Amino acid sequence: MADVKARDTIAQATIRFAGDSGDGMQLTGTQFTNTSAVIGNDISTFPDFPAEIRAPAGTVPGVSGFQVHIASQDIHTPGDRPDVLVAMNPAALKANIGDLINGGLLILNTDSFTKSNYKKAEYGDVDPLNDTSLDKYRTVKIPITDLTHRAVEGTGLNKKQADRCKNLFALGIVYYLYDRPLEITLDWIEHKFAGKTEIIAANQAALKAGYNFADTAEIFTTHYSVPEADLDKGNYRSITGNSAVAMGFVAASKLANKTLFYGSYPITPASDVLHELARFRHFGVVTFQAEDEIAAVGSAIGAAYGGALALTGTSGPGLCLKAEAVGLAIMTELPLVILDVQRAGPSTGMPTKTEQSDLLQAMYGRNGDSPLVVLAPATPGECFDFAVEASRIALEHMTPVILLTDGYLGNGSEPWQIPDLDSLKPFNLPASPDPETFQPYNRNPETLARSWVVPGQKGMEHRIGGLEKEDVTGNVCYDPDNHQLMTDIRKDKVARVANSIPHLEVYGDADADVLVLGWGGTYGSLLTSIEQLNKDGKKVAGAHFRYLNPFPANTKELLSRYKKVIVAELNTGQLDVMIRSQFVIDTIPYFKVQGKPFQMSELTEFISQHL
Amino acid sequence: MAQAGTLKKKDFVSDQIVRWCPGCGDYAILSAIQGTMPQLGFEKEKIVFISGIGCSSRFPYYMDTYGFHTIHGRAPSIASGLKLANPDLSIWMITGDGDGLSIGGNHLLHLLRRNLDINVILFNNRIYGLTKGQYSPTSETGKKTKSSPMGSMETPVNPIRFALASEAGFVARTYDANPKHMQETFLQAAAYKGTSFVEVYQNCVIFNKDAFDDFYTRKVRDDAMIHLQEGEPLIFGSEEKKGVFLEGLDPVVRSIDENTDHTGLLTHHPENKSRHYSNILAEMDYPDFPVPVGVFRKVERPTYESELYAQIDRAKSAKGEGKLEDLFREGDTWEVK
Repeated sequence: MADVKARDTIAQATIRFAGDSGDGMQLTGTQFTNTSAVIGNDISTFPDFPAEIRAPAGTVPGVSGFQVHIASQDIHTPGDRPDVLVAMNPAALKANIGDLINGGLLILNTDSFTKSNYKKAEYGDVDPLNDTSLDKYRTVKIPITDLTHRAVEGTGLNKKQADRCKNLFALGIVYYLYDRPLEITLDWIEHKFAGKTEIIAANQAALKAGYNFADTAEIFTTHYSVPEADLDKGNYRSITGNSAVAMGFVAASKLANKTLFYGSYPITPASDVLHELARFRHFGVVTFQAEDEIAAVGSAIGAAYGGALALTGTSGPGLCLKAEAVGLAIMTELPLVILDVQRAGPSTGMPTKTEQSDLLQAMYGRNGDSPLVVLAPATPGECFDFAVEASRIALEHMTPVILLTDGYLGNGSEPWQIPDLDSLKPFNLPASPDPETFQPYNRNPETLARSWVVPGQKGMEHRIGGLEKEDVTGNVCYDPDNHQLMTDIRKDKVARVANSIPHLEVYGDADADVLVLGWGGTYGSLLTSIEQLNKDGKKVAGAHFRYLNPFPANTKELLSRYKKVIVAELNTGQLDVMIRSQFVIDTIPYFKVQGKPFQMSELTEFISQHL
Repeated sequence: MAQAGTLKKKDFVSDQIVRWCPGCGDYAILSAIQGTMPQLGFEKEKIVFISGIGCSSRFPYYMDTYGFHTIHGRAPSIASGLKLANPDLSIWMITGDGDGLSIGGNHLLHLLRRNLDINVILFNNRIYGLTKGQYSPTSETGKKTKSSPMGSMETPVNPIRFALASEAGFVARTYDANPKHMQETFLQAAAYKGTSFVEVYQNCVIFNKDAFDDFYTRKVRDDAMIHLQEGEPLIFGSEEKKGVFLEGLDPVVRSIDENTDHTGLLTHHPENKSRHYSNILAEMDYPDFPVPVGVFRKVERPTYESELYAQIDRAKSAKGEGKLEDLFREGDTWEVK
C-alpha cells in the first residue's frame, strides 16, 4: 500500500529525548543512535544526566536527557539545538524547551502532565499545555502512558512494569517519524531480557505500538528519511569515548606484549572505563579497584615497576589526590598512563557536566619541576588512538603520560571505523640491558629513556625511590650539580617526545589570517563552526592540539603565519596561558564554563567578530 | 653468582652506607632481615623491599635486592600493584608507626583485608624520628614532645589490634633486642601465604630512648614478656612462674606452683579461628600483663592474587583467550561499501 503521508528526505536531524531519570531516556537515546548508525547515518550523541542516581521523581534536577544528531553527511557534533524534543513529563519540558528550535516538533506524554507533576516541576500557576507558551512549536500531545498500558495488556505485566515500557512506545513514535526499522531494537530487547518472556513481549509490543500509532493516528503530516551518510568504506560500530579508551588500552597491552594493569577508584565520569576493563579478564586484564585515588595510582606505579602496562583512571578531584604519586613516577622514570575524564570543577563541581579545566593541573599540578607528557584526543573515536599513543609514549620514553578526555567525549558516541589489526604497529620497546654494564639510570641517547629493568631480572638488582638520584647509578644524591643535571634531563626527556609525534595541522581556509586554536573534546564544535564560516565565504582556519606537552615541533612556526590567534576552550584560559607563555604572542580568548560543550552558533558569532 | 640455597647473609648487604643514628634499633632489624633472607629459598632477584617514608623506610637502600623507597604511607598500594603484576616475587614492605598507621593507615587496612602475599614489617618506635621528635599514633597519652609540650591528648592505636580488626590472617610481634626471635618471626611471616603483619618494637635512641626497656631488656623480659609458642600454655616468669588464665571473658595473671588448678589456663593456638583469643592477647600490656611476642594469629585464607588469576583462567576457559578483532566487533556493527 502506498504511503499516503508525505515523506521528506532531509540531510540531518537532531532529536532530544528527555524524561525523569527513571524513565529510561539514556537507553531510548542509545537505541535510536544504534539503529541510525547501523542503517548508515553518521551520528553524534550527547547524554546529559543528573549526578543523583534517582533525584526525586518528577523534579527538574531529576531530568535525564539524551541528544542525538543523525545525518546523511559527515558530522562532528551532537548538534546545537534539537529539531525534535520528546518530553516525558513537565520537568523534562521545563528543563529542555528553551533549547528546542522555533517551529520544532515537541512530543509530550500528556499522561504525566498532572497537577502533582506540575508542582514537582515547580511550574507555579503556569499551565504550558493550555497557555500560549508552546505556540511557536509544533506540539503533539500523546497519552503515552495510557497507550502503553493498552499495548502491553495481555502480557501479564502489572501496572508498574507496564509503566516502564513507555519509553519504548515513545521510541516507536520517533522511529516512525524518522523512518527507522524496528528490528535492531526488537533484537536488542530479546537479548537484554533473555529468559523473561513477558518482559520481552511487553517491550516489543510497546515499541511496535508506538510506531503503529504514529503511522495510523496521522498525528504527523510529514515523516522524514535521512539517507545513508557517505562515510569511508569499512566496518563500523558506535563507540563512546570511555569504551574507546578501554579498548585502546587493551590494544596497547597487546602491542606492548605486557599485562594490562588498571588501578582505579570509582569516580564520575571515569568509572565506565573501569567497568569496561573489568569485563576483559579473558585478555588477562588486571583491574584493581583500590581503596582511594592515591592507592589507585600507587598500585599502578607498583605494577609499572613490576613490568606491566600500568594505567590509572580518574576525573579532576582524583587527579589532585594522585599528584604526589605521579611525582614519584616522574622521579623514578617509570611508564604510567593517567587517564583524566575531566568534569566541571573546582572541588566536586558538577560531576556529570563536561569541562576542560584540568589542563594546567595536568601540566603543573605537582611539587617541584615535574614535567610529563599530556595528550588529549579530539573525538570519541580518537580516544582509542590516544589510549594506544599514551601507552606507546609512556613505555618508549619511560615517562608518565596524562591522557585528558572529558565527560562529553567519554559519554558521547559516534560511528567508529573498526581498525585493521595490521594498522596497529607493535611498540618499539628497547631490549633488556646487559647485566654486566647495567646501571639503573643509563639512558637511551635518543629518547633519554632509562632502562626498564624489573624485579625478577637476574643480576640487575637495584634500588629506586623518590629521593633525588645520582645520574647513571641511581644512588641517593644531594649533590647540587647533579640535581641541576637530573632536573634538566627530566625536562629534556619529555621535550624530546616531540620528535616522535605528528606536526600540528591546519584545517579550514588556506589563505586565512585568523587561526582558531582548540584542544581535546571541542574539536567537533570548532571544526563545524569553521566549515560553516568558510561556506559563508569567511576566511578563517583552525588548528587543534591533541599533543599539549610537548607541543608539536612546528607549533611556533605555524602560529607565526597568522595575524590573529583565537584560543577557544571550556575553561577560563588554560591553553591560552600555555600559548602566551611558551610562544609570547597575543591571543584572543574565547572561554565558556557552563558544563556544556560549545554551540556552533556562539562560536561562529564570536569568530565572525574578529574576521 | 650465588644461587638460592647457597646465598649468605652478606649477599644481601648493599654497597650503600647505612645512615641511621648510631645505636638505632633499625640496625638490629636490618641485620636480622639480612640473616633471614638466605633461608627463604628465593633467588635474590625475586626479592623486593618496598617502603614508605620515615627512618625505617630507608631500609631498601641497604638491601642488595630489588627495592623501592616510595612515598609517605603509600607503600601498601605500590606493593599491591607489584604483587599483582608479578605474583612470583617475595615482597617485603617496610613501614613505621607513622607511615603505616597515620598517613598510610587506610592503605594498610585494605592491604591486610585483601590478603595479598606480602610481608609487612612495621617498625614501632612510638615516635616520629625523621621529622625530629613529634608524637606518633602509637605514642602514649600524655607524651611530651616538641609538638605536644603539655602532653599528647590522643589515645594511641594498638598495631596488633588494628591488624586483627583489618582481617589480617597473620599477626605477630617481635622486638629489636632479640635477633633470634626476630629471625624466627620473619621466617614464619615469610612462610605464611597471605599478608603477614609483624610489629617490631624498635628503640629510637634519640627521640624516644629506651621506650621498651621496662619490659624487653634481657634483665626483665622473662618476667615482663611472654614468648608465645604454639601449643604451649601461657606461662612466664624467671623464678616465680605465672600463668594467664581466663576468668569469664577477661584474662588474669596468677602465680603457678605444683598445686595450682590449671583450669582456665590459656594455651596458645594461633590457628584458632575465633578472634576473641587473639584480641585477649592483643590487649595484654605491661605492667598489668606480660607483653606477648611471637605469632598472635595464623589463619589461612585465599590470597587476593590467587583469586584474581583464577578469575583470569576461568574467563579464558569460558570465552577463550581474548582477541582484539572480537573485542572491536562487540555489539552492533555495520559495513559501509
